[in-house]
Amino acid sequence: MSQALKLDDKAQELKWVGTRPVRPDGVDKVTGRAKFGADFNVPGMLTGKVLRSPHPHALIKSIDTSKAEALPGVKAVITRDDMQDMASEFVPAGEMLVNYRDMVRNVMAREKSLYDGHAVAAVAATNAAVALKALKLIKVEYEPLPHVIDVLEAMKPDAPLLHDDMITEGVEPKPSKASNVSKRVEFGLGDVAAGFDKADVIIERAFDTKPVHQGYIEPHACVASYTEDGQAELWCSTQGHFVVRTHCARMLGMDVSKIRVTASEIGGGFGGKTVVYLEPLALALSRKSGAPVKMVMSRDEVFRATGPTSGAHVWVKVGATKDGRITAAEAELKYQAGAFQGSPVQPGCMCAFAPYDLENVKVVGYDVVTNRPKVAAYRAPGGPISEYGVECVIDELARKLDLDPVEFRLQNAAKEGTHAAYGPKFGPIGLVETLDAVKSHDHYKTKLGPNQGRGVASGFWFNIGGETCVALNINEDGSATLMAGTPDIGGSRASLALMAAETLGIDYDKVRPIIGDTSSLGYTFLTGGSRATFSSGMATVEAAQEAIRELCVRAAKIWEIPEDAVVWEDGHAKPAGKNAGDFEPMSLADIAKMAGKTGGPIVGYTKINAQGAAPSFGTHLVDVEVDKELGRVTVVRYTVVQDAGKAVHPAYVEGQFQGGAVQGIGWALNEEYVYGKDGRMQNPGFLDYRIPVASDVPMIDTVIVEVPNPRHPYGVRGVGETPIIPPMAAIANAVADALGIRFSELPMSPPKVLKAIEAANGAGD
Amino acid sequence: MSKTHVSTTINGDPVEFLCEPEQTLLDVLRDELYLTGSKEGCASGDCGACSVMLDGRLVCSCLVLGPELNGRTVETIEGMATGDQLHPLQQKFLEHAALQCGICTPGFLVAAKALLEKNPDPTETEVRYWLAGNLCRCTGYDKIIRAVLDTASEMRGS
Repeated sequence: MSQALKLDDKAQELKWVGTRPVRPDGVDKVTGRAKFGADFNVPGMLTGKVLRSPHPHALIKSIDTSKAEALPGVKAVITRDDMQDMASEFVPAGEMLVNYRDMVRNVMAREKSLYDGHAVAAVAATNAAVALKALKLIKVEYEPLPHVIDVLEAMKPDAPLLHDDMITEGVEPKPSKASNVSKRVEFGLGDVAAGFDKADVIIERAFDTKPVHQGYIEPHACVASYTEDGQAELWCSTQGHFVVRTHCARMLGMDVSKIRVTASEIGGGFGGKTVVYLEPLALALSRKSGAPVKMVMSRDEVFRATGPTSGAHVWVKVGATKDGRITAAEAELKYQAGAFQGSPVQPGCMCAFAPYDLENVKVVGYDVVTNRPKVAAYRAPGGPISEYGVECVIDELARKLDLDPVEFRLQNAAKEGTHAAYGPKFGPIGLVETLDAVKSHDHYKTKLGPNQGRGVASGFWFNIGGETCVALNINEDGSATLMAGTPDIGGSRASLALMAAETLGIDYDKVRPIIGDTSSLGYTFLTGGSRATFSSGMATVEAAQEAIRELCVRAAKIWEIPEDAVVWEDGHAKPAGKNAGDFEPMSLADIAKMAGKTGGPIVGYTKINAQGAAPSFGTHLVDVEVDKELGRVTVVRYTVVQDAGKAVHPAYVEGQFQGGAVQGIGWALNEEYVYGKDGRMQNPGFLDYRIPVASDVPMIDTVIVEVPNPRHPYGVRGVGETPIIPPMAAIANAVADALGIRFSELPMSPPKVLKAIEAANGAGD
Repeated sequence: MSKTHVSTTINGDPVEFLCEPEQTLLDVLRDELYLTGSKEGCASGDCGACSVMLDGRLVCSCLVLGPELNGRTVETIEGMATGDQLHPLQQKFLEHAALQCGICTPGFLVAAKALLEKNPDPTETEVRYWLAGNLCRCTGYDKIIRAVLDTASEMRGS
């Protein structure tokens, strides 16, 4: 497929790309009209509720549903017996893999309850009160087993085993005994031992991070309607309705074509809505009851039963010469996967040292199961954890060498041609540009006040492409309807409409973008991996180019000249030159209204496996102030600098930068899953799991760097994930600057900070 | 238990409904009256996505029971625009790109409107503390705060 738009030529003359119009779905969202997952209702709908295990680890000996089934108003009860077992099979899911044997056990426990909140049964009833009453009538006989919550505890030889058959992969010789370690991975370049021998200074530290939840404000929700002829409709809040369709079809034993999934407006996801929880249960309940079933999670269920990201133990060692050249870097990452294998330790390993041009690198990772909810993707899954450790050590090394931390990074920064430790050679990338922008930013030069400190950290994320379809219908009045398959989680419909308008040469408000359902478009992979604007954007441009080719063909027909004698410029078909003839240019609308007489509907339809996704690097700069009496760390100034490739709608690019930074502030300072000795989560609500509120944070300054991605028609890289990588290290480095104390554990919550201050003052016990 | 008959005023119109004693105002709005603009993010008064005005006072509708509504006045996001005219806050939220996913937006708008009615010239800090009961996970609050301050400035000017 041609990519006719040359960036250099186009840069001067963009009319729409790079502007900030109101988003197409905006009015619906400020008036309350927009339909999110829980806003959908159908006549005759039942309410579905899930019974969840209170045990972090227990055998499920029996489940008696007879009393629940007998309760008036109860229409269906399902348990493990209603879900067919599935064989072990790994399938790709964004940057991670999923296994159907585990997935079916995660949506409904089979042999064991593996975490507090694990689903054991579900009920559909005429209303919520009856459904909740029915849950209480289900008798589950558990045999509690010893549990393990901490990652290092879970790796001990005598730890309680979650899966009797888990033999660690990636270890030679193959272990003969089962353990909680599902796999070991390793990436590297050169010879780290030789590299460390050349170092003048070596810093080595261990870090601990806690699981943190994506914290989307909209709980999971869906409505399923299964009909007597074996077809089903499903409406749900998801980042990928095609992926939901695949999983549900597999779990319910249905043909893919018989499930039609419509993605509602989505109230936040951050990776957490790339998997299924309620959807297969709602379908199974609808199948059994013969009526539509609506299911909505409570906030408690969201925390206890849906995937946060991993907590981890991270060890990092970096050596450098006196003049600031890194000679070797090594890391070992132990990530919690939760109840089933599949933590993001692999991307964590691959990201760890990606911002640096290194000759000697070794990263080893372990994927470890624990009695917690199965982790799900969370914004750059795995990256923030490993890069937090690395960026703290880089900062400490710079200080030890008496080098400016930005200069030290610049001396070692990855650039075009750098061979990344995880494999590829980088194309054009913008890390150096972000570091230069930080260095020259006013923020970097202002003086700090008392008890304040400044920190900086960089971050890297891959970004992905993948299967993508887009349909662009040229309507009879010259407007256009654009249908994409990537749910719009943060303004991507606006970006797609801008790219369509730019390519077609019509006004932005003539393009109406929608998200098509799974029966309206070919398979389109989910919104994740920062791929929606990149991949659907690429497909949009190609669909527009296809429409343009057809528009030119129609003009040629009307003018009775050869097709190749027509060109498309500024939204008009024009004769290619004097020899082509003397005709008045025809606008898109002129041609569209005659479409019926010149060959029928004009449609661009693109089906691609988008290639050429390019990484996005960012560097964050933060000032904190520490209240030494309360141990409270306050972020007083924050600047995000990131390479967007090209910001199609700069306001939503800034929004990604700002939102990622603030999620990172929460991760750094407040957020954590707190478990009791009983293995149950103690803070499953927004009061005790405290995400940042407006009064916790300052304005977040942004600088958009644009080093275009040469593989995308408008230079887009994808921006959504990188912003959450640098904050934890940047804030830890700022706290170290303010206090002279290095923290190696997240979150840096007031009790921990206070304890460290008291210990440093000799006042602690 | 039998349902309670309640007569109330919602967005200026008289409304009658039947509700269970345990149904919250949010349940009534969403499930009985199909006014789904108010959202449930937590059901515990922590997220503010269900913010409405009750007799002129900003409340979390998930913390008010339906039967308490008799004779009272409720304003929701659905009543914020006048005819085809958006409220200045709604317009500024759009212009400032002060929403990403949009699930928290109705709650923020209702809360921000309550603030500006009380204090037409708030400082950034006042806006941040007033809106501290409304959680947003997407935007980092920056553009929301700017939209509210810009609206206040424009409304004072007009």
